[in-house]
Amino acid sequence: MGEILLQLKGISKHYGENQVLNDVSFEVEKGQIVSLLGENGAGKSTLMNILFGMPVIHSTGGFSGEIFLEGERVDISSPVKAMELGIGMVHQEFMLIPGYSVAENIKLNREVLKDNVVSRILGKDYKTLDIKKMNSDARIALDKLDVGIEEYTKVEGLPVGYMQFIEIAREIDKKNVRLLVFDEPTAVLTESEAENLIKAMRVITESGISIIFITHRLDEVISCTEQVTILRDGALVANKKTSETNIVELAELMVGRKIESLKNSEENRAMEMNDVILSMKNYKVGMPGELVKGIDLNVHRGEILGIGGLAGQGKIGIANGIMGLYPASGEVLFNGKPLNLNKPIESLKRKLAFVSEDRKGVGLLLDEGIDINITVTSIQVNNRFLKKYGFFSQLDLGTIRNYADDMIKMFDIRCTGPDQKTRRLSGGNQQKVCLARAITLEPEILLVSEPTRGIDIGAKKLVLDALIDLNRNKNMTIIMTSSELGELRSICDRVAIVSEGKLAGILKPNDSDAKYGLMMSGKTDIPKEVV
Amino acid sequence: MMSQKIKNLLVKNVVTIVFVLLCIFGIIASEQPLPFIVKELITRIGRNSFLVLSLIIPVIAGMGLNFGITIGAMAAQIVMIFAISYGATGFSGLILCIILSTPLAALFGYITGRVLNKTIGQEMITSMIMGFFANGLYQLLFLFLVGTMLPIGNENFLIPGGVGIVNTIDLKDNVMYAVDSVWTIKLPYFLGIFGVLGAIGTGYMANKHKKSENKILRSRLYFYLGLCLSTIVFAVVIQSTVNLYKNFEIPMVTFAFIAIIGAFNILIFKTKMGHDFRTVGQDKHIAHVSGINVEKRRILSIMISTILAAWGQIIFLQNLGTLNTYGSHVQISTFAIAALLIGGASVSKATVGQALLGVILFHTLFIVSPMAGKNLFGNAQVGEYFRTFIAYGVIGLSLGLHAWKTFKAQQQKDKVDII
Repeated sequence: MGEILLQLKGISKHYGENQVLNDVSFEVEKGQIVSLLGENGAGKSTLMNILFGMPVIHSTGGFSGEIFLEGERVDISSPVKAMELGIGMVHQEFMLIPGYSVAENIKLNREVLKDNVVSRILGKDYKTLDIKKMNSDARIALDKLDVGIEEYTKVEGLPVGYMQFIEIAREIDKKNVRLLVFDEPTAVLTESEAENLIKAMRVITESGISIIFITHRLDEVISCTEQVTILRDGALVANKKTSETNIVELAELMVGRKIESLKNSEENRAMEMNDVILSMKNYKVGMPGELVKGIDLNVHRGEILGIGGLAGQGKIGIANGIMGLYPASGEVLFNGKPLNLNKPIESLKRKLAFVSEDRKGVGLLLDEGIDINITVTSIQVNNRFLKKYGFFSQLDLGTIRNYADDMIKMFDIRCTGPDQKTRRLSGGNQQKVCLARAITLEPEILLVSEPTRGIDIGAKKLVLDALIDLNRNKNMTIIMTSSELGELRSICDRVAIVSEGKLAGILKPNDSDAKYGLMMSGKTDIPKEVV
Repeated sequence: MMSQKIKNLLVKNVVTIVFVLLCIFGIIASEQPLPFIVKELITRIGRNSFLVLSLIIPVIAGMGLNFGITIGAMAAQIVMIFAISYGATGFSGLILCIILSTPLAALFGYITGRVLNKTIGQEMITSMIMGFFANGLYQLLFLFLVGTMLPIGNENFLIPGGVGIVNTIDLKDNVMYAVDSVWTIKLPYFLGIFGVLGAIGTGYMANKHKKSENKILRSRLYFYLGLCLSTIVFAVVIQSTVNLYKNFEIPMVTFAFIAIIGAFNILIFKTKMGHDFRTVGQDKHIAHVSGINVEKRRILSIMISTILAAWGQIIFLQNLGTLNTYGSHVQISTFAIAALLIGGASVSKATVGQALLGVILFHTLFIVSPMAGKNLFGNAQVGEYFRTFIAYGVIGLSLGLHAWKTFKAQQQKDKVDII
């Protein structure tokens, strides 16, 4: 048992009504690599924000619990304070300036300065940069990591793999650093680069620095950490020694059982699995942050297909690409005929409808009434709800209003009337308006992204029930993308798991937690004991 | 490979190249004697360079082209009008103006900077509108407040009736040429001194970097060395033959001011402050995360720019000899920015060399275009139209090009992401 460096005791945090962390405690020993594991929304980033004294924590009422650093209670009130205490962070998105040299990036805002005539009179701001010393310091840090790049080359144009190392070099160049947090550092790296990184992490710990390693790649957790802490829904699930656990157990603990009791009647409907309505081949989408890097996937007529996976892995990109909202490539057949990608109007005309995950940005005209919101796409695409006079046409307001009234009844939208501005509606009701608009197009396939994000539990159930109803009674094929596995498993016939822009596999709703957990962390070769 | 390189070089410098060609064409078409053009040009370099140089720091700090230098010019004119009315004359009077205008310009710059921090991403249009707004206040001051609430030292400056400042103020008897005439030397001597000093400097640098890996730097140094040596030869030729050039006077103090500000603009980026400007200009978010006070740096960059603009306007006016109370400041930002852009700068990149080259090209065109217009179209007015057209056209073109390049880069990035 080594010396304890960091100790978190009983950390709890609320965002308003929402408890995001509940009595979490864990310890990090000196020179140890500890992995923090959990799904999206498990509370990992909140915990790290607390550790860094981020303003978002303190502006929302602070947190309860205590933090000890080498046995001493510390109050981390700001990122600067965290830095002073020797806590460093290697960011997931690179904090590098492309136009600067490697050394300049490593020494960003910690430049080595030397005096000159002017600075002696006017102060620190006028000191000259000591480029030579900066370069040699950077060299030392880079050598420690065994990275072969020249310190004076510009970051611009370097391979992504190196950028991570520059970030790390920046942290270890800070003289007092005691604890480093790596936030999903291997997510953007190739396998060999990731191996190098893990090697570098070992080198760092040898000098007594501890590392908190946030990742979702379970095999990396097993191979390089000594201790694993698993969070789920804001609570601590387990603190385990890595040597005493295995990949399957970790996957199980991470996902946990949380299937809602919504389950749609008949287990595993007998599906006709040969009538393909939509097929994707080598399908790629350039949606920033949600890249799809080549997927082959068939969607069957009449099914509800779920698309799951961790955030940033590309699941969101699939539906957005099909609707032409982000540049996409590859072969997509709809009803046997190729779908012209990158043209939203074509997708809409061919009877594909989309309920976007970005409700307020893409989904709604916030300052228009419910009636216009429900009908606007049909007006544009199908020329419905219009009165025609030769070359001119006019909105048929009467029909629109009546139609909106019907929809409000059908979906039970709580509002003051069809002309109420959608900005004033609650999240759940806004979502229903989006759904109503999508089905007004009478689509063959309904694509729904994150349908229950940010809405309360009651409304969640209504939305999911509505989806099942559309599927069963109107024969709509539904592709539902969601971060909530429980939700997917409760209404879908099949669940496709996307990891790192690729299809990891397709699972049945009643497959085991461990299987889901392993696939989400990118393992396609499931160990036998799980199956 | 080589042809690709040349093509890239041409595309990158297309604006400058077009203007070099336009200048050559204009000089030929105007049928003006070359000595006349050179003489005019020397005057205009002295007059305008300072203002153009005041634009560089905000560009590097990522705030685009500072149309707000108009506000600095107003600060200068406010101080000059009051100071001169109370009897400031000559070189010492002008230095007084420079000293007094500094805190005023700093204050104006601070206010501008605060506003620009609230409108991140829209700095250029905001600074332009700030200029218009400030012009309103400026007119209020000089058309209404002076003579009613504020005293003025010289009754002749007031519009008959006692309220408001007259339209034009003659500087002939007080500060005209106050800086220019302190010390002048003849052109060949100037070129000679310039060449020798330059040759010694670059020679020293070239020797120091003889073994350096940096081939580009070395070849550039040798190029400069060659340029300096040929300047010396040129000076000797002028001096030893019969021509008009050898009597041209160079205003040494004005040029020294320009040289100092040019050096300042280069040296500042070797200090902590300048490095922070660059960091902020490259990426505000990263700068913030690494602990740089982004807002403070942005305000500071605008303050420096505004102060330099005020000084620049004072130098501009002492050379021009008349102060147009309600007009002198109005167009300076447009013309200074046009000159900078013609020199090859862009919204996000500018150097001292580009500023000086831009001044030379822009003003050559200014000198020759009326006569060229007259010769080609029988009407000098056409040339006048042409140069106004150029000033606005080049700004529009540059903004358009910048938007296009950003769009292309983004598109390229998206493409790479997919593949």
